[in-house]
Amino acid sequence: MDSERLLEVNNLRTRFHIAEGTVYAVNGVSFGINEGETIAVVGESGCGKSVTMLSILGLIPIPPGEIASGEALYQGRDLLKLNDSELEQMRGKDIAMIFQDPMTALNPVLSIGRQLGEPLRVHLGIKKQAIRQRSIELLEQVGIPDPAHRLSEYPHQFSGGQRQRAMIAMSLACFPSILIADEPTTALDVTIQAQIVELIQRFREQMNMAVIWITHDLGVVADIAERVLVMYAGFIVEEALVDDLYEDPRHPYTQALLAALPRIDRRRDRRLRSIPGAPPNLLVEPKGCPFAARCELVFDRCREEMPPLIQIASNHHQAACWIDVTTGKKR
Amino acid sequence: MTESTLSQPEKGIVSLTPDELETPPLSLGQLTWRRFRRHKMAIFGSVFLLLIVIYAFGGMLVFSEAYANRTETGARLQAPSREHPFGTDTIGRDILARTIYGGQISILIGLTAMLVELILGVSIGALAGYFGGKLDSLLMRFTEGVLVIPQIFLLLVMARYFAQSIPNVNFLGRTFSGSVLVIIFVIGITSWPYLARIVRAQFLSVKENDFILAARATGTSTRDIIFRHILPNSTAPIIVSATLSVAAAITLEAYISFLGLGVRPPTATWGNMLEGAYNYVESAWWLWFFPGLLIALIVLSINFLGDGLRDALDPHSRAI
Repeated sequence: MDSERLLEVNNLRTRFHIAEGTVYAVNGVSFGINEGETIAVVGESGCGKSVTMLSILGLIPIPPGEIASGEALYQGRDLLKLNDSELEQMRGKDIAMIFQDPMTALNPVLSIGRQLGEPLRVHLGIKKQAIRQRSIELLEQVGIPDPAHRLSEYPHQFSGGQRQRAMIAMSLACFPSILIADEPTTALDVTIQAQIVELIQRFREQMNMAVIWITHDLGVVADIAERVLVMYAGFIVEEALVDDLYEDPRHPYTQALLAALPRIDRRRDRRLRSIPGAPPNLLVEPKGCPFAARCELVFDRCREEMPPLIQIASNHHQAACWIDVTTGKKR
Repeated sequence: MTESTLSQPEKGIVSLTPDELETPPLSLGQLTWRRFRRHKMAIFGSVFLLLIVIYAFGGMLVFSEAYANRTETGARLQAPSREHPFGTDTIGRDILARTIYGGQISILIGLTAMLVELILGVSIGALAGYFGGKLDSLLMRFTEGVLVIPQIFLLLVMARYFAQSIPNVNFLGRTFSGSVLVIIFVIGITSWPYLARIVRAQFLSVKENDFILAARATGTSTRDIIFRHILPNSTAPIIVSATLSVAAAITLEAYISFLGLGVRPPTATWGNMLEGAYNYVESAWWLWFFPGLLIALIVLSINFLGDGLRDALDPHSRAI
């Protein structure tokens, strides 16, 4: 299975050295993605989802950031070892990324056409006329009416949904083999959200593109992803096929997370469940399981030693817990 | 266009092109112009500036430079008359003609000194702001070093030091004293620190935007990030600052030339015309009145223009 992996990340650790100390943002993350596959990375704000992806793309500012260890193998090359110009060639061409807030992710003083043409100019080296032609096609494909006219408009003349469409057009311009979608629907209306999800799904099928979908919306995950990674405080605590994860969560955090979801079939007068406590302070070097302080099943070993991510069921279902949650037995 | 789209119902919903629906949205340039023209003083300033430029460059067609530099000892210190509408100076040169040719030099010095300042200030500010860290500290300490030396003092020392080192030059069909170049250079390299600080501050704030991260994620190179993404976001304060620095350079030139360290005669500038007037403040008012008036007018016009641009280019200003 590993041999066909398009991207393989091993033991990635990212830290930030700031005035208050060191932020342990990503603490040994390993995962892989196959060609044409969609995986979702879920977890609460600040759990290291975005930092993981930005590290892979070499977009972490160094300093204050530091990639303390790890490798990110893409087609046999370690992305973490590339120099600046190699990274520039890779970004947008092999791996593209779209961002959370389309309101701020487009440059307000440049026309849409100029921004859309940027990856084409940088990566394909084609002439002005060809860039324009391709830009019109791209806008049309993402469903923006009258694309030729709108190329000369500026971001403030686009609605939120249209801007996200333009962002998608930009990121898909050079047919990347991996698209990293960093919560692309969070800033949009629910109706627009569905359209954007559908749009990305359609391109994924057409282009046989792998998609890494970062989200904290477990509802969206069920629709789009094949596999799910659950992150907590810079660790991957569980990885499973989407159905396995929903039906049979094997990490106490995942269980608590799913239990906290509002459900349409539950009585409305019942209060939503929440997870007591708060995520650990990332300024402290992690020791033991990061979820120990909030876990109902905690015992001594959890506070001392981080459990490894091991396979605990079929279909590569992996979890990092010292207790088998189905039996309550210690491992 | 309409005929063909309307006759194709299978294309789904008939889409009207925007110009059928409404007038097309205003471009950034149009918005700026709309805000600018509401600024009465700015319009007034621009018109005046235009008139002064026409005066200085159109006047060439009426008087030759040889006439402006011709001394006529018999006609010294003549009050304004029909023959010499602005009077004559201490060695009998026609003041009207000299204000015309002097104006050219003053405007030229203002513009080119601004250009020198712009090149230095923008590149130093951009490097410091974008790369930050050690380079930033180094460049900013240097900038502060230049700032703590009083500009006038630096100007006078440099003007004196370089005064004789540059030969005469030909430009626009005129021969200039090399001291013109010295003044441009000296004003330029003593004025950039303010602009560098403005540009640095702009870069520091603009580079943190999501759209810069997004641009980098599409593979845009550092050079393109600086020149194609951050710089266009910083044009408004740069344009305003550059405009005002033209006025500052004209004033500075007048100041140095007034002290006799600036542009050497016979090349006239509004500044060095004032130099000779110092001893005749009461007895021959026309010596200082006309060049002084022109300096005041051009500086005032440019400042009004700068004010107008500041308001018009401010993207947060919603007034249309």
